[in-house]
Parts: sequence; C-alpha cells; structure tokens
Amino acid sequence: MKFFTQVRCAAAALAASLTLAVTPVSAQTTVNMYYPVAVGGPITKIIDKMVADFSAAHPDIKVNPIYSGSYQDTITKVITALKGGNAPEFAVILSTDMFTLIDEDAIVPFEELVPDADKAWLDSFYEGFMLNSRTGGKTWGIPFQRSTIVQYWNKDAFREVGLDPEVPPTTWDEMVAFAERLTKRDASGNVVRWGIQIPSSGFPYWLFQALTTQNDVILANEAGTKVTYDDPRVVEALRFWVDLSRKHKVHPEGIVEWGTTPKDFFEGKVAMMWTTTGNLTNVRTNAPFPFGVAKLPSKVRGGSPTGGGNFYIFKNASPEQRRAALAFIKWATAPEQAAAWSIATGYVAVTPAAWETDAMKKYVAEFPAAAVARDQLDVAVAELSTHDNQRVTKALNDGLQAALTGAKDPAAAMKDAQAEADRVLRPFQ
Amino acid sequence: MSRLRTSIHASLLLLPAVVLLAAFTHVPAVRTFIGALYTTPRGKRPAVFVGLDNYRQLLDDPVFWQAMANNVWYAALTIPLSVVLALVMALAVDARLPGRAALRMAYFTPTVLPMIAVANIWLFFYTPGYGLLDQVLGLFGLPETNWLGSRDSALYAVIAVAVWKEAGFFMIFYLAALQTIPHDLREAAAIEGASRFTFFRRVTLPLLMPTTLFVLVNAVIGAFRLVDHIVVMTRGGPDNATALLLYYIYEIGFRFWDSAYAATLTTVLLAILAVLAAVQFLFLERRIHYR
Amino acid sequence: MSIADRPPGPIETIGAWLLGLLWILPLAYAVWTAFHPSAYATRFDLLAPLTLENFVAAWQAAPFGRYLFNTTVIVTMVLAGQLLVCTLAAYAFARYRFPGQSLLFALVLMQLMVMPDILIVENYRTMFALGLVDTLGAVALPYMASAFGIFLLRQTFMTVPKELEEAAIVEGCSSLGVLWRVYVPLARPVFVAYGLVSVSYHWNNFLWPLIVTNSVETRPLTVGLAVFSSTDQGIDWSIISAATLMTAAPLLVAFLIFQRAFVQSFMRAGIR
Repeated sequence: MKFFTQVRCAAAALAASLTLAVTPVSAQTTVNMYYPVAVGGPITKIIDKMVADFSAAHPDIKVNPIYSGSYQDTITKVITALKGGNAPEFAVILSTDMFTLIDEDAIVPFEELVPDADKAWLDSFYEGFMLNSRTGGKTWGIPFQRSTIVQYWNKDAFREVGLDPEVPPTTWDEMVAFAERLTKRDASGNVVRWGIQIPSSGFPYWLFQALTTQNDVILANEAGTKVTYDDPRVVEALRFWVDLSRKHKVHPEGIVEWGTTPKDFFEGKVAMMWTTTGNLTNVRTNAPFPFGVAKLPSKVRGGSPTGGGNFYIFKNASPEQRRAALAFIKWATAPEQAAAWSIATGYVAVTPAAWETDAMKKYVAEFPAAAVARDQLDVAVAELSTHDNQRVTKALNDGLQAALTGAKDPAAAMKDAQAEADRVLRPFQ
Repeated sequence: MSRLRTSIHASLLLLPAVVLLAAFTHVPAVRTFIGALYTTPRGKRPAVFVGLDNYRQLLDDPVFWQAMANNVWYAALTIPLSVVLALVMALAVDARLPGRAALRMAYFTPTVLPMIAVANIWLFFYTPGYGLLDQVLGLFGLPETNWLGSRDSALYAVIAVAVWKEAGFFMIFYLAALQTIPHDLREAAAIEGASRFTFFRRVTLPLLMPTTLFVLVNAVIGAFRLVDHIVVMTRGGPDNATALLLYYIYEIGFRFWDSAYAATLTTVLLAILAVLAAVQFLFLERRIHYR
Repeated sequence: MSIADRPPGPIETIGAWLLGLLWILPLAYAVWTAFHPSAYATRFDLLAPLTLENFVAAWQAAPFGRYLFNTTVIVTMVLAGQLLVCTLAAYAFARYRFPGQSLLFALVLMQLMVMPDILIVENYRTMFALGLVDTLGAVALPYMASAFGIFLLRQTFMTVPKELEEAAIVEGCSSLGVLWRVYVPLARPVFVAYGLVSVSYHWNNFLWPLIVTNSVETRPLTVGLAVFSSTDQGIDWSIISAATLMTAAPLLVAFLIFQRAFVQSFMRAGIR
C-alpha cells in the first residue's frame, strides 16, 4: 500500500508541476469584433492592417475582426449572436441602434469601463457625433466610422453644359436648375445622363433626413419615443424628392441603388450624387474625371444627418475582455490612427485632435474635399434613432419608397408611416 | 416473431427518425401555434397571454396583406410557368433534336446553382443602364428600366429568376416520364394518321398526369419555401412589393425580434400549406383510383 | 426510320435552341464578367483580355476555402445522418406491421410540406436551448430525418421480393442483418440517386444556415457569398461574379462530369 501511495503522490506532484509549466505567465486576451462595411474600397484590408498594427503594439491582446455585411446585417447578426449565447465582445454598429441595444440589455456604458482619471477622453469627440452616442447621461458608443452626407459633382459635365465647374448648387432651386441643364438625352429622348441622383435603396431615411434637416424639421425626439413623420415640412421635403424625378425629370425614377451610385457617377450616368463622405477615397481613386465635393444645398437652412458606426462593448465580455476591447477602441480613435483611417476611407476623423496631426493637415492641404464633411458638422443633426429602431425606420423607409415609386402620394405615405411608427413605439411611451 | 417483439423492433428502428422529426417539425409547429397566443418577451418583460390579439394585429397589418397578395401572385405565376416550360423543355430534349445533350445541360444547369449565386447574377442582369438586360433592350431602342426598383416590375423580375431556376429541375421528372411512354403507342398513333399534336393531347398528357401532380407539389412547396433571392436582390422592397410570406417571417423574427408576431405569421403559413396539402392529397387520391 | 421517329421540324429545333440560349445566357454572362477585368464587365469587346485576377481578389477577400470546408462537412453530415435514419425508418415502415403505423406514416409525410425552413424561428430556439447555435451540427441536424428519404426508401424496400428475406432469415440473419444483406444492396441505385439529390439540395441551402451560423468557422459557401456580396459596399460585379462562380463551381463541375448520373438520379427519385 505504501508503494502505491508514493506513486500517487509522485503523480500528483508531477501533474501539478506540469500544469504550472504549461500555464502561460501572462494570458493573451482574445476579443472578437464584428464590423460592417457600407462604402466602396478595400475596407476589410484596411481593418486587417489596423488590427495587425494594434497587435504589434499590444502583444497581450488578440483582436479578431469579423466582417459581417452591411449595417443592417451586422445588427441582426449581433442580436442573433447575443440571443444564441455566443456574442462578440465588441462591435461597430450604427450609432442609431443605441436604444435597441440598451433595450436588449446588451451593452455596457463607457462610464463604467473608463477610470475616472480618463473621463476626459469621453469628451474629446466632436459633439455632433456624440448626439447619437449618449442618453440618460451615459455614453454608450464611441464614434469610429462617422460621416455626413455630401454632394459630389462631375466637373467635366459642368463645363460641358456651361456651368462654372468650381461652383456647386447651394440651394434647392439652384440644384434643380443645374440638374435640368446637366440632364442629357439621346436622339430618341432616352436619358443618357441624369442631373442628380439621391440613393433610395436599403436606408432611404438617412438621405431623406438631409432633406428634412434642410427644411428645418426634426424627425424624432431625443428620448427616441416619438417621431414626426407626418409634419407638413416633412411631407414637403418628400414631395421635393419625388418631384425631382416626376416633375423636373432630372432624377432617375423608382428606387436608386445605394451600392451602384458611385459606379453610376464614374460611368457618367449621373452628374451630381449625394452619398456619404465615406465614399470619398473610393471616388478619388476611381473617378476618371475631376470632381468636386461640397456641403449639401440648403432650403431654410443647410444640414445633414450624421451617420455611420460607433464602437459598442457588450455585457457578456469578461472584465479582461472589456479592458482589451477598450484598449483597441482608444487606440483606433487616437489622433494618428483616426487620421489614418479618415485618409484611407473618407470618413470624418472623430476628434478635433486628429485634424491637427501633421498627416491630416498635409492631406487637407492637398485635397480640401476631405474637410467638407467635417465642416458640415456645424449644421449637422443627430441621425434618426428611436427604440425598436429597425422597425420604426422601416416604417419610414417603406413610406419613402412608396412615394418615390409613385404608389402613394407623399402626404398619404407619411401618414401611414406615422401610424405604423406610433404603433411600434406605443410600449415605450 | 411475437407482436411485442415486432413492435419493439419497429420502435427502435423508428426512434431516431421520430425523435428528429418531433424535434424539428412537429414540436416546433405546436409551439408556434402556442407562441402566437402570447406577446414577445423583451429584455426584462416576460411574455403575456393575449389570446387572439396577435391575429387581430395581423389582420390590421397592411404589410402582411401585401405579403400574402405577393405570395399568391408569385405562386400563381411561377407554378404554371415553370411547369409548362419544364414540359416544353422535356419534349424538346426527348425528341431527336440535334445537340440535345447540350440543350439538356443548358436547361438543367440553373438547378445546380445555389439560389444565392443565381440572385447575384440576375441582380447584375437587372442593373439599370449597364446591366445586360437594359443593354440588350437598348439595342432595340428601348429606354433603361429600373427593373428591381419599381413596384410594377420588381415582383415580375423576381418571378423570372425563380422560373429560370426551377424549370430545369421539373424538366427532369417529365423527361423520365416521357421515356416510359411505350414506343408502340407512338407507332400505332402514327399509323392511324393521328397528328403529333393530337397524340400529345390525347395520350402523352394524360399519361403524364401523375408526374404533373408530383411536379405541382414541388412547385407549390417551392413557391412558399424559396426566398433566398428576395434576401439578396430586393430585401422585400421596394416598399414590400417583393415581400413573400416566409421573407416577412424572417424579417419579423430575425431583424425585429418580434417572436410572437413571427409565430402568428408562421401559423398562417402552416395553415396555407396544410390546406394546399389536403387539396393535392384529395386530388391525388382521385387520380390514383382513375388510373 | 418509322413515322414516329421522324425528327422534329426546323421551327421546333430553332425554338428549342433559342430557349436553350436564353436559358444559358445569365450564366454565360457571369462567366464573361468573372474572366475579364472590371472595365469590360459591361462592354462586350470580344478581344478583351482574359484574367484570373477577379478570382484571386475574391479568394483573398473572404475565406472561401474555409467556407468550402464547412459546406463539405455539413453536406456529408446531412447525408450520413439521412442514410442512417431514413434507412432504418423506411425498413420499419416497409416490413413491419405495428399499431398506429398509418398514422405515424402520415405524420412523417407532413414534413414533405412543412420543412424545417418554415419553422425557422422555433428551430432557432431549439438550437439555442441545446447550446448548438453557430455549430456545423446545428446546420445539419434538422434535415437528417427526411420525409422524402423515408418515403422513397420505403417504396423501394416494398418492391424487394419476400423470398429473399425469408432465405436470409433461414440462414440465421437477425432483422438488422436482413436489412444490411438483402435490402440495402438491392436499393443501391436509389441510395445513389437520393444521395445526389440530397447533396445538391443541401449544398445550395441558404436560409437556415444564414440564421443559425454567425462565424466564419461555421458558415457555408452560400451564406459566405451573401455576406461577401452585400450590396452596400459598392459593387464590383467582376469580383462578385468570380465569387459566385467559385461558390457554384464544385457542384457545377460535378454535374458537368457526371451529367448522366445526375439526370438519372433525379429521374429515378421522381418516378417513384
């Protein structure tokens, strides 16, 4: 018996020492990050490089970037993953999905993660981007790929029809007038080039919000519990959009696809387009003609909604994982990195400090278009965001598409959208 | 073998199938019926029994009625079109046409492609202006059309994709049946001076009836089950013009996370399928007796 | 040649060929776009240079290799499961008499109409409860008991002559032995046919895998392709066509090589 007890003791000791030898002294924390891509360009490659650079600087943290489709795909996947019990630790999600994520009890406010000494960091971002990132006195998202809508125009086309190629339209009326001159038709009357194109597929509400802001009306309240789709000024904005194709005939009929609008621009099928500043580098790389970028035209006032994605950290992450995610987020939004990201894509660098870096100053000096979207922040408003956001915006999207395809009159379309939104928001009021 | 032993043997043989079917077909179906009677639990709010309230909401939901109308119209067009085309193709391949092997390949190839791949290809096809369809039509001087972006054409565009994919699949079944038609019948009819068309109408078509029924069953199931192309091409738009019932269920269940309403919609879909199954089963019974 | 074998007239031939051409056109277009640089995607210059760079770009842009592996594993799991489960069940229905048989068979046939795709919401809940969300098994499991398979195999087994079974029993086979020695070999053509139909179907399955998978490690090709060609990111049709062809290629190539077997299989599966 004594022999076996000795053997057992020896075995136990051996096992213990082996375990000790195998356990790494400092464990590497792995965090998964879902991110969407909504603009053209080699974005996944840029993200991969960012992660590689971060890993070089932080060998104890491994970030797994997982491309998850569009913004809508990403929020779907994230919530699916949350409900399935294998959620990522952090993700880039539309800033407007904040209320939805809070309702699902999924995210952690940054005040809980950031030590008191660092709280100033939370205030270092542009106020315009924080509008969709804070509620109830807490910060729920950190701006990352943020934008405003800008207008791009084809300078060669302007020259061709006798317009000054350096002067974009600054009011709605001017835009219509320019577009009428720019719209080109062939011998049989078919349009070969449209004057203006405002995309309406997928998420037309965002582009529409530019029109409503310019008409001086806000679509939702700050608490995200009420919407004003049926306000007369909103209907007026919609009627303007519909008239562009139906009355003035300077805009393609029906639904205009977001994804192919830049390509339409490159191919000369449209002379002016409204799209995110996030497509700036894509346009710069691929447009075979000189182009201009400017703030959107105004009616009562100028303006654009902000857009794009924030970083969110999820509750299911362990404390080490939360720290790791926070480290990446701080690194990615630090001035040098934010500047690099902005230059590579066209998104607005999220802190004033980023614009003061040498790289950014040099870039803006040689390519002033990069600063347009940032300058527009002065007149930017919060993007439409409510509880049960996907559903409430779908009500608006459906109404917009109904009006743009001629199925409903703008007033009727907005009335129906309001009714549906009210129904969805009732439990939150 | 004693009856008891027989029963035990049979039970063991059937056990895996029964467990799996119960787990993924029957129990979920029952739970769907029950789930439709409650509200959706959200975060900290539990589900509440509300009886037929969800169904009342369903009746008031214009998007539901749109989806129903779309699905009925979609079925009404894809089913006959794909079945008739399948028959035409089968006849073409069965006849001694030159190059029939290539023809057969051309007709059947869409079937082995994933619907997602098909949807991507057709999405490109339909792009206004420089998509292939508009380019070809442009040769005839027709203006560019926004096929997927206007309510009038979107559903038809999607129907075309489905017919393109499914016709070849059904063709195979018709081909098999055509090859079982005895050669002597054709000879006899030819000798008696019957035209090929008469032969087709009086002999071929009735003999193909069982195949037609089988193909119809598959076509009906497909019209309600296959929504992959909607996910990629139109996402239900514009303004729900291409929303099919199962796609709406997917949207409600997995984009809005309203599980109670999704259960309600699923119950309606199950009811439709049950009715269609009953109708076809009764029809089949009569036909079998007839034969 | 008798009158009945007279080849069809020129109108029919041309008509059939036009239809064939129309039918192959979309795929041909995708092939054109995939093998030529982006600039030629919408211009049909016959002298345009051929290139493989779209395929390279597509392969690098998303982990298609992993997706291919996942799809292969899923399809294999489904087929293996189906062969096992459906053979046993079909045998029970074909050769055993037990109370409640007709009712049970009717319940099984229900699945022909009510496929797991229809019940996505509830089936997702089940997977979550089992802790299987985002696993390859979760994609395969709901399809392993296939009413179509049970029906097909039952019909086949019912045509096996009883004498063969009795002979095997006399030689001392247990009932499973009879199944393995007598029924399975005789039904081999049907197994092959069913296998090809099942593989085709599950290789191309999309909605259920879309919902139940989240990560690269479990996504099949179809879901990978959908994520990759998400239209918000500005579409490069050449690369998407290349990716699309890559996704469809394995099955397409297999089909082109084994055309006869494919067609025969589908025919056989249908006749019963």
